[in-house]
Amino acid sequence: MAGFAGGLSSRTTERAAAQREAPWVRRTLIAVVLLFLVVFVVVPLVTVFASAFRDGIAPYWRALVEPDARSAIRLTLIVAAIAVPLNVAFGIAAAWAITRFHFPGKRVLVTLIDLPFAVSPVIAGMIFVLLFGAQGLFHVPLKVIFALPGIVLVTTFVTVPFVARELIPALEARGPAQELAALTLGASPWQTFLRVTLPNLRWPLIYGAILCTARAIGEFGAVSVVSGHIRGETNTVPLHVEILYNDFQYQAAFAVATILVGIALVTLALRSAIEWHVQRKRRQ
Amino acid sequence: MARRALPGFGLSLGVTLTYLSLVVLIPLSTIAIKTSSMSWSQFWSTISSERAVLSYALSIGASLAAAAINVVFGVALAWVLVRYRFFGRRLVDALVDLPFALPTAVAGIALTATWAPSNGVFGRYLHALGIEAAYSRLGIVIALVFIGLPFVVRTVQPVLAGLDPRVEEAAATLGATRWQTFRRVLLPALRPAIGTGFALAFARALGEYGSVVFISGNRPMQTEITPLLIMTKLEQFDYAGATALACVMLVASFAILIAINVFTWRAHRRVAPTIRRRPPRDEIALIVEAHS
Repeated sequence: MAGFAGGLSSRTTERAAAQREAPWVRRTLIAVVLLFLVVFVVVPLVTVFASAFRDGIAPYWRALVEPDARSAIRLTLIVAAIAVPLNVAFGIAAAWAITRFHFPGKRVLVTLIDLPFAVSPVIAGMIFVLLFGAQGLFHVPLKVIFALPGIVLVTTFVTVPFVARELIPALEARGPAQELAALTLGASPWQTFLRVTLPNLRWPLIYGAILCTARAIGEFGAVSVVSGHIRGETNTVPLHVEILYNDFQYQAAFAVATILVGIALVTLALRSAIEWHVQRKRRQ
Repeated sequence: MARRALPGFGLSLGVTLTYLSLVVLIPLSTIAIKTSSMSWSQFWSTISSERAVLSYALSIGASLAAAAINVVFGVALAWVLVRYRFFGRRLVDALVDLPFALPTAVAGIALTATWAPSNGVFGRYLHALGIEAAYSRLGIVIALVFIGLPFVVRTVQPVLAGLDPRVEEAAATLGATRWQTFRRVLLPALRPAIGTGFALAFARALGEYGSVVFISGNRPMQTEITPLLIMTKLEQFDYAGATALACVMLVASFAILIAINVFTWRAHRRVAPTIRRRPPRDEIALIVEAHS
């Protein structure tokens, strides 16, 4: 969401006197900001791990390998494995159409891609119940709601913008010169796409796919509406955490939650690594 | 249309439109279809019931409070990250995005455990002071502050980093204190970014469900936000009622989105001539010379 621009900061190390504050102002501001982050981010994170390992390693491990947890992990991976490639393919198509051609309604299209961000997760789940539920508008022979197809659909809906939003600015910034050169030299459209466009888009594509995957794995509200919370069948990992927590199995709930915290931390680490890599390349 | 130099227009636009229609537009249009099947009085009585109105008030109030807190600490965070070098700065920069990356359910149980009155790290001390953090409206605000944390930081940070240092030099040369420079020179330049960040945090908070549902206690008429009320209606198979409330929420979200665009556009227009464009070199040189 923040994109590459988010983490960029000015490289200047020495600031002019006109831009410096008194040392006490500086120290106070840094202290206030750090305190805020510790209270709102660090302590809750530590609490997750402290509660997960409260009774030692053995119960922690047991919570992760019990059949319901394993089936939740499997389901979550299946859902992400379907939703992410779909949105990657969509993101590439949308970015190509939007950045390389002029057509009426382009700005509306860009806004529409962002639409799922503006919709509350509960509403995202609700619309699929209205479509495919028991009194739904569509009658399909397949069981969609309270089953895998529904979970895949809402997850796909919620993660639509991630890849496209990373690719559009990246492709826009590059311009069509390289592709035009390849075509002039006799490359076929597919060769141009596979050998010129795609390699250039490598980092934003990976970055968008990472964000998309993180959200697909972690989505809670929308999936909660369509899943039906059937243990061992339609429970994703976040829903499994909820069920354990509402059953007062706190240690197990936090143990499973550490998987999701781990994925979030890996996502942030990859983000920083890619950003660093791209910045270094740009400076060369 | 004229011949296009690049291939793939039909294919890429076709895929884009088909996919968006199937995944986003057709599903969203069910809200309109479902709403139009309700009578006006049925619709109105649902969205104006006391329970619904109390949930709007709570959702809006808590989201505004959280977004306001995010503005204060978000600007401070952006300032510290852009202007100061200190140990752990990169870690802080990465941690700011954690609320984006962390599943909301995990945020919910983590915050609840932290602020619970019985054994929470902070909650027990507040409880001793007679303040209930978790399972109260305060808990909802805490969850929404967490969820909205990155927005103001990430909108203000690049603008702050891109400001022309000579403007501050000029202010200093003219005898302004740092605080005066911040209030009168920097803050006006940052205002559009702050406004956008505030609106994004507010919009996100308004629709938030996962983190709030754990910490709020979910008491009807007291700590029930609108998304939770929609969820309750869905669980009771009251699809018409849920759709009517969803309609209200969608209209509110779109109004905010439009407001963001209008606000950003107007603010840019107002600020642009004074700060955002680098002032001509000669003018600055003249000011500096005249005062040195």
